[in-house]
Amino acid sequence: MAKDEFNEFKLVGTRPDRPDGLDKVTGRARYGADISAPGMLWGAVVRSPHAHARIVRIDTSRAEALDGVKAVVTRADFPEGLTGEDWNLQENTMAGERALYDGHAVAAVAATSKLIAEDAARLVEVEYEILPHVTDVDDAIRPDAPVIREGAADATVPEGSPPNVARYMEFGFGDVDAGFAEADLVMEKTYKTEATHQGYIEPHACLGQLGEDGKGDMWVCTQGQWFIRKMCTAVLGLETAQLRVTPSEIGGGFGGKTTIFMEPLSLALSRKAGGRPVKIVMSRSEVLRATGPTASASMDVKIGMKKDGAITAARAEFRMQGGAFPGAPVDMALYCAFAGYKLSAVQHIGYDVLANRPKCAAYRAPGSPMGAFAVESLVDEMCRELALDPIEVRQKNAVKTGDKASYGPKFGSIGLVEVLDAVKDHPNLAAPLGPNQGRGVAAGYWFNHNGETSVSMAISEDGTAQVSVGTPDIGGSRASIALMVAETLGISYDDVRVNVVETGALGVNEPTHGSRATFATGKAAVEATGHAIREMCRRAAREWGIDEEAVEWADGAAQPAGPNAGKFPPMTIKEIAGKMGGTGGPISGHHESVPDGVGASFGAHVVDIEVDPETGRVTILRYLVVQDAGRAIHPSYVEGQYQGGAAQGIGWALNEEYIYDDMGRLQNPIFLDYRVPVASDLPMIDTVIVEVPNPGHPYGVRGVGETGITPPLPAIANAIEAATGARLRDLPMNPPKVLAAIKAVKA
Amino acid sequence: MATVKVHLWSGLRRLTDGADVVTVDAATVGEMLDALVTAHPGVGPVIEAGVSVVIDGEMTTSRHTGISPDNEIYLMQRLKGG
Repeated sequence: MAKDEFNEFKLVGTRPDRPDGLDKVTGRARYGADISAPGMLWGAVVRSPHAHARIVRIDTSRAEALDGVKAVVTRADFPEGLTGEDWNLQENTMAGERALYDGHAVAAVAATSKLIAEDAARLVEVEYEILPHVTDVDDAIRPDAPVIREGAADATVPEGSPPNVARYMEFGFGDVDAGFAEADLVMEKTYKTEATHQGYIEPHACLGQLGEDGKGDMWVCTQGQWFIRKMCTAVLGLETAQLRVTPSEIGGGFGGKTTIFMEPLSLALSRKAGGRPVKIVMSRSEVLRATGPTASASMDVKIGMKKDGAITAARAEFRMQGGAFPGAPVDMALYCAFAGYKLSAVQHIGYDVLANRPKCAAYRAPGSPMGAFAVESLVDEMCRELALDPIEVRQKNAVKTGDKASYGPKFGSIGLVEVLDAVKDHPNLAAPLGPNQGRGVAAGYWFNHNGETSVSMAISEDGTAQVSVGTPDIGGSRASIALMVAETLGISYDDVRVNVVETGALGVNEPTHGSRATFATGKAAVEATGHAIREMCRRAAREWGIDEEAVEWADGAAQPAGPNAGKFPPMTIKEIAGKMGGTGGPISGHHESVPDGVGASFGAHVVDIEVDPETGRVTILRYLVVQDAGRAIHPSYVEGQYQGGAAQGIGWALNEEYIYDDMGRLQNPIFLDYRVPVASDLPMIDTVIVEVPNPGHPYGVRGVGETGITPPLPAIANAIEAATGARLRDLPMNPPKVLAAIKAVKA
Repeated sequence: MATVKVHLWSGLRRLTDGADVVTVDAATVGEMLDALVTAHPGVGPVIEAGVSVVIDGEMTTSRHTGISPDNEIYLMQRLKGG
C-alpha cells in the first residue's frame, strides 16, 4: 500500500527469520538472570509493608550477624544532596525518612546464597510509625488528603492548589464556549482507568559489581543501558564513564525497563562487600509491588457535535496519579486525547497528583490509552445518540497532513485518513453479529520519538558487515536494521550482523522507547553505512586511478559513473574488503545524532465481542488492527507490534488493575490475581499495515510499537454497549462490573 | 537575529505575565530558550526540567537548530515514550 514511488526494494518489506530467533527458541539467549560471576553474592531487598509510614529506626545487626551475610545497605549508604529527578530516583530506590508505598525498599542485604540473603532480609528490624495514606486519584487530589510530600509542586502549580498536585497544565485554542453553543448535542461524562502493569514476562534482574575505586560493571535486563548508567551513577554519586553497563536479552519492557529500581542496590551492596559482584532477581510480587506501572486516571470530557457529526468544540480535564513522585503522563494523555480530530476550539487541563503507590514508569504510549478511553468512548456515545456511523464521524473530523493539531503545532505527514479508509473497507465490518454480540470502533495516536542515537558499522574482511547499536532488541529491531543496512549496501540479509553493545562501545543512546529503534537507530545505521560506502568508493577510485566523484555504489559494488569515468568492471564489496588492509586499513562508518524527521502514527481498531448475560464475561470474537507504519521494513514484526499492543490493551480494558486494601496494601501482586490475557483468551488478531511513507526517514519508517495499545480500551467499551446497551466508563470492565451495568440497564 | 513568536502552553501564563504567546529575539532554539528565561525567569525551572520544542510540526532537541520569524514554534511538555 506504499504511496511513494520508491518502493521497489530487494529486502525491505521481506520477512526473513530474525537473527536472534535460534538462540531464543533453543534457550541459548541470555537474559538478565542468566549471568553469574566468580565470587558472586545474592541480594535481597527489605520492603515496606505499609503504604505510608515514617521510618523510626532500622536495626541491621541481626542480619549482619547471620553467617554468610556480606553487606547490608540502607539509605545511609547513599550520598546526600541530590535534587530534582535524581532525588526522586534515589528516594524510590531506597526510602529515606518515610516509606511512601507498599513495597518501597527500605534496606538491602547481600549474602553468599539467595536463601541466606532472603533470611537476612527478614532479620532486618524496621520500626515504622504508620501515617495516613491515599491511593485513589480523586481522593488524593482532595484538599484534605494525606500529604505525600511537602513542597512537591513545581512552578506550574497555581497557589492554593491541593497539596498533592505536583504539576499543572492547561492549553488549547479557540472559543470553546461558542463551539458548544453552536453544537446540536453537547455531552459531558467522567471516565476512570486503573493503573496497570506492563506485565513483561521477564522480571527485573541484574548483576552489579562496584569496587572501592568507583569503577564498576553491570549486566542488566533493560531497555536502555545508557539510562541505567546515568541513573545508577547519579543515585550513587559515581563518575558516569566508570560504570560499564551491558544489556542482556530482554523479555519484554514496554517502557517499564527504561528506569532503575533495584540496580543501584546491587552496586551499593557490591561496594560494601569489597567489590564482590551482587546479583538481584526480582520476584513477580516485587515487580508488581515495587516497579513502575502506569498511572491511574480520572477524566472529565465534554464534546459538542452537530447533527452531521462535525465536532464543534472539546474540553478535557484529566487527573492522574503516578505514585508518590511527579511524572504521571497526564501531559501526553492530553496531547493525544483529541489528536485525531480537526478542531477549531479545544481546552485541556491536567493535574499530576501524588498518591501512595509505586512511582509510575512509562507504559507503551504513556497516557494515550487513558485519553483515548475517555474521548473515543464519548465520541461513540454521541454517535449513538445522533444515530451516526462512528467510522464516518471519525472520517469527517479526521486530521490531515498540515492541519493544526489539537495540542497546537501543525501535523507533518500523517495517515489517519488512509487508516480510516482501510477500516471502512475491511471485511470484518461485514461479519454478522448474533445475540449478545456487539462491535466497537476506536482510533488512537502516538507521536513517536527520536532520541540520542549513536551507531557504528564496519565492513569485515570477507565483505560482510557488522553493525553496533545501542538500542536493545525487543520487537525484532536487529532484523529490521539488518534489512536496511543490507538493502543500502546491496548485500544479502544474512551477510549483516547487528550487535546490541554495551555502554563502553558507543556514544550515548537513549533506550528502545518511544517506538524509536527502527526509526532512529535504523536511520543512523543507514547514515553510517553511507559513510562506509563513500570510503569504499574512494578505495575503488584510487585503484582505478580516477576521481572519487566518478564512482557510485550500486548492487553491492563500486561502479564507474558518468561518461568520463572510464570503463572498469564493478568492484564488489568482497573485493574491496579483501584488500582493505593494503588500501588504507579498516572500513567503517559512524553516525551520531538526534535524528530528525519523526513520523507520527495513527491507528484504528474494530472489535467484535460477545457478553455472557449471566456472568458478564466478555469474549473477544474478532479483532482488527489497522495502523500506519510509514513503511514496514519487516512486516511480521510490525504485525507483531500491532497484535501485542492490542493484546495489552484488551487486558487493560477487561481485567487488569491494581487492587489495594483499606491499608493501602496491594492485594493482587501475582499473575494468578493480576489477570493478563493469555493465548486462550484471544482470537488471532487481524492486522492491516497502512503505508504512508514518512518523508523523514530514508526508507519511510514510522515507529509502530505504541499506538496499538491505545484504541482497545474504548473500542471494547463501545462494543459492550453495542452488545448490551450498557455503557461502562470505569475500567477494568471485568465480569462483575459488566453484569452490574447490564442489570442497571434492565432495571 | 530576528524576532520570533513562541507558543507556550497556557499553564505557563502565570510565569509570563499572562501571555501564552511570547516574542523574543533569537536565531536558534538555544537563543530562544535563553531569551525566554531572561525575559521571564519564572519559566527557567520548567525549561531546565525539560521541554520539547516543536518547529513547524517537528520536534527538535538541538539548541543549534536555526529559527526564523516564518517558523511556527511551540514549547511542549517533554515527550518520551514506552
